[in-house]
Parts: sequence; C-alpha cells; structure tokens
Amino acid sequence: MSFSITLTVNEVARTVTLDDPRVTLLDLLRERLDLTGTKKGCDRGQCGACTVLVDGRRINSCLALAISHDGAQIRTIEGLAKGDELHPVQAAFIAHDGFQCGFCTPGQIMSAVGLIEEAQAGADPERVREGMSGNLCRCAAYAGITRAVLDAQERMAGAGRKDAA
Amino acid sequence: MKTFDYVRPATIPEAVAAASAPGAAYLAAGTNLVDLMKGGIAQPGRLVDIGHLPGLDRIEHMPDGGVRIGALVRNADLAYDRDFARRFPAVAEALLSGASPQLRNAATVGGNLMQRTRCAYFYDLASACNKREPGSGCDALGGENRLHAVLGWSESCIATHPSDFCVPLVALNATVEIEGAAGRREVPVESFHRLPDGHPERDSVLEPGELITGVRLPAEAAGFAGHARYLKVRERTSYAFAVVSAVAALRIEDGAIAEARIALGGVALKPWRVRDAEASLADARPDAPAFREAARIALADARPSGENGFKIELARRIVTRALTLAAAGTPDRVPALPASPFAPVPGELSHV
Ligand SMILES: Cc1cc2nc3c(=O)[nH]c(=O)nc-3n(C[C@H](O)[C@H](O)[C@H](O)COP(=O)(O)OP(=O)(O)OC[C@H]3O[C@@H](n4cnc5c(N)ncnc54)[C@H](O)[C@@H]3O)c2cc1C
Ligand code: SF4
Ligand code: FES
Ligand code: FES
Repeated sequence: MSFSITLTVNEVARTVTLDDPRVTLLDLLRERLDLTGTKKGCDRGQCGACTVLVDGRRINSCLALAISHDGAQIRTIEGLAKGDELHPVQAAFIAHDGFQCGFCTPGQIMSAVGLIEEAQAGADPERVREGMSGNLCRCAAYAGITRAVLDAQERMAGAGRKDAA
Repeated sequence: MKTFDYVRPATIPEAVAAASAPGAAYLAAGTNLVDLMKGGIAQPGRLVDIGHLPGLDRIEHMPDGGVRIGALVRNADLAYDRDFARRFPAVAEALLSGASPQLRNAATVGGNLMQRTRCAYFYDLASACNKREPGSGCDALGGENRLHAVLGWSESCIATHPSDFCVPLVALNATVEIEGAAGRREVPVESFHRLPDGHPERDSVLEPGELITGVRLPAEAAGFAGHARYLKVRERTSYAFAVVSAVAALRIEDGAIAEARIALGGVALKPWRVRDAEASLADARPDAPAFREAARIALADARPSGENGFKIELARRIVTRALTLAAAGTPDRVPALPASPFAPVPGELSHV
C-alpha cells in the first residue's frame, strides 16, 4: 500500500508518496525532504531535539507518524531566518551563548519559538525554565538558553513581531 | 517496528467497526503508542487513526455546571482553558506536571487515560512480563522495583499506572464516555482501570473496539475549586513520571471541612482513591493532626512489593502536605513549577 500526503513545510507545499506507513515526521523531514536541521536524539520523546511546529504548536516529531499529519503546516529550523536575517530567537541564542556543541539547538530554538507563541511563561525565568524543560541539553547550556528566550521574547514583543514566529 | 495497515475513519461508527478487528489499535497522538511500537511492545496489525474524527476536540461547559471534555482535546489545551482551570484547578495542575510542553501539546485526553505502565521490564522484550505476555512471569518481582506498587498489587504484576491527569479525575468523580459496537456506556474513572486480578494484560475495562469519546466532570467537582492541589514527587524537577503523587481537594465551611477528596498516583496499577481517609476528615478542623491521621488511614493497607517500602512513608507525607496546601487555598494561577513538593508549605507542617 502506498499513500500520498501533502504537507506545507516552511510555507512550501510538499507532496510525498509514502510506501510505508511507519515513517515518522522526523524521518520524513530528514530522509525524504533533506531538512536535516531537525535532530534525532533519543527518537522516543525524551529529549526534545526533534521539536518542530505543527500547525503552530511545538511537538516531538519523532513520535508523530507522518501519515497522520496529512495537510499539516510544518515549521522547522530551516524556515526561521529570512534570507540572511536571523529570527530573533536564533540571534538571541548566539548573543547569550545558548549552546555549546549545538546538537540540541534546533530543537531548543523551535521550542522557544513555540513557548513564546503560547504566551504562558511571561517574563518569569522559572516559568521559562519549566516551559523549556522538554528540551535536554547535554552540554548544559541552560543558563544561556533561559536568558536567550527571555531576551528574544522581550525584543519580539517590543518589535510587535510576535506573530512573525 | 512491525508494519501495519493504516485506516483513517471519518465517523465514530466507522472507527469502532475498523477497530473491532483483531490486532487493531486506535492511534491518537501516538506519544505512547508509537513509542511502544518502536520498542516492539505493541505490534498492532492495523492502526485506526482517530486524530481527524470530528467533534471530539471540544471542552463543553454544560448547563448543569458539569463539563464534558472530548477525547481528542490536547492535554495542554485543557490545562490552559481558563474556565476549566479556574473550576478544576487540581486537574490543570496535574496535567501541567506531566510529560513536557511538546508532549502535552500533542497528547490527548483519551490517550492519557489509556497510556501503559512505565515498568522497565514491560518495555524490555528480553524480560518476563505478565502484562506484555500473559503467563510469562514478572521479572519486576525481585528485580529493580523501587518505583513499583505498594497498594493493590499481586504477584502477577506490581506495576503502577503512570497518569497524573487520572489522579484528580478519580477524586472528583469523573466518568469516561465509551462508544462501542453495542452502543454507548459510561464508566466512573475510578472503575475504569483494572488491578492485576488474574489478567494483568488488561489495563482497563475497555473492550476491544470500544472508543473513549470523552470524559465528564460533574458540577459538584467545581465545589472544591478554592482548596485543591496536586503534588508530585519526581526524581528530577520536571519531565519525569511520579514516584508518588497525591491530590487533595477540600470544601471548607465555617472553618471546618465539609467534604474531602484524596487520591494517590504512582502507588498502584490504577489511580488510588482513599475514601476512608476522606471520611476521617468530615467535620474536622483543617489542621495538622487531622491531616496526619487521614494520611495514616490512606496508607493503612500499603505494603512493599520489593525495595519500595520508602514509598509508603513518602506517600503519607505527600498526602499530608497536599492537604495542608489545599487548606491554605488554591493559588490564583498554577505555580511556575506545577505540583512541586519543593514549594514552601505554610505554617507548622513546613518540615513534613
Ligand atoms: C518522555 C515521556 C514522558 C511522559 N511523562 C508523563 C508524565 O509525567 N505524566 C503523565 O501522565 N504522562 C506522561 N507521559 C505520557 C503521555 O501523557 C501519554 O503518552 C499521552 O497522554 C498519550 O496520549 P496520546 O494521544 O499520544 O495517545 P496514543 O499514544 O495515541 O495512544 C495511547 C493508547 O491509548 C489508546 N487510545 C488513544 N485514544 C483512545 C480513545 N479515544 N479511545 C480508546 N483508546 C484510545 C491507543 O490505542 C493507545 O493504546 C509521558 C510520555 C513520554 C513519551
Ligand atoms: S510489574 Fe507488571 S508490567 Fe512490570 S514486569 Fe511485572 S507483570 Fe510486567
Ligand atoms: S528525538 Fe524526539 S524527543 Fe528525542
Ligand atoms: S549544546 Fe550540546 S547538547 Fe545542547
């Protein structure tokens, strides 16, 4: 059996034929669409490296079957920058040393974009830390990550750019 | 992962018909099922994707004051629904203490109820496990069992149920709406999950093909909104299952407890309501001796299933603490660290 699904990935419609229903959204992005910015850490929902936005919400793409997301809007790390202009969250991660090896970073950044969009944490660092707890960082860049998220959020609110997420 | 047929029904009757075939399983968000399939623990031959069924993603506040939560409502959407969180704050706090923001954005109400145990031997195909393979034995007995059950267990299975959400649901008399080939039925959440009782492979009373369509909370459950807390001990601050958890909900009138509700998580194969302990608080003053006595009664039948005797005393303390925090009043907003036992406790019990 083969299935044809259409996803909008970073604002581009992509139709993919799946000859196997077992493909996860993560594997589809990486193996079929060559979008390898989204990382595979644990592949079991335990680390957050695979975080992407689906219909505007951050989820773990490793536990999502691609076939059940037919018609979805997907946003990955590749879709954040506008040409050479970094997204405010990307810029803030650089400014605040929000990473070391960088493996968890695409997931952290997508998670931060989702967190800012959800607007539940506000400027409380403890709520930001808890709101980012679904993303593990083996290098323990957590202090920089929290600062980056708080700073980016403030800049985006200031620039009225929240919906640019 | 074993391969499977994929079907996407358009209606509930179609879903029920498709899932009644042997080896079929419902797929909601997949945050538990896909994980189990990757590990080979679940090997459904057919996945019935209910994610696109219409009408199951609503939170309806009923005219009688109750609320009906569709089975496909996402855990995060329920916890952040303002009306819902205001009326059922302990449910919101329990939801927000579970998993991670990403998982809660995906995970559904029905999937949360149906999630399977986190016993490591259940996950390890090389181990004997009666729940995974009936009759094979239980390697958790005499194995690594610090986190296993202290109530309601038998030699056939000593696992615990991992859901946080279900703990306040049993305390608040929630019911599960079920639709099957034979029609609709409604089951209290308290009798939905099963103890091992000879069939540890069966987690719940759901029959093959039956679909959870929603969860209902009765109007009276909102009467506890002013004094309701969920507390959860984890092995790290966040993003971890409960070692022990408890919900405490009180109705306080004229300085005395009119009614108490208490349930525990992480202690048994089902969320564990303790009615005797609740009854001991009726008409009592909300003070430390009354709460300690209720906690003693709550754990009176507990016994270790292995190297987990510590959980009994831990559970007593968490019940006492949850009652103390509930008596102090529900905070305006779910705390930054939901259900955290590290939060300061008011008054004389600060050391328990
Ligand atoms: C790393 C990690 C940490 C977690 N931590 C916690 C935690 O701390 N606390 C907690 O409570 N949970 C935790 N969870 C579990 C999480 O809550 C569940 O995975 C989730 O609720 C399942 O929902 P789902 O929609 O993804 O279900 P699925 O994975 O799609 O389904 C799960 C099961 O339910 C069945 N099912 C789903 N919907 C229905 C329905 N409507 N009718 C009948 N059967 C149905 C499926 O057939 C399957 O057997 C964690 C999960 C992960 C991966
Ligand atoms: S405790 Fe239950 S789930 Fe764990 S190995 Fe024993 S039978 Fe299996
Ligand atoms: S790769 Fe998805 S959570 Fe780790
Ligand atoms: S930067 Fe190395 S894992 Fe986070």
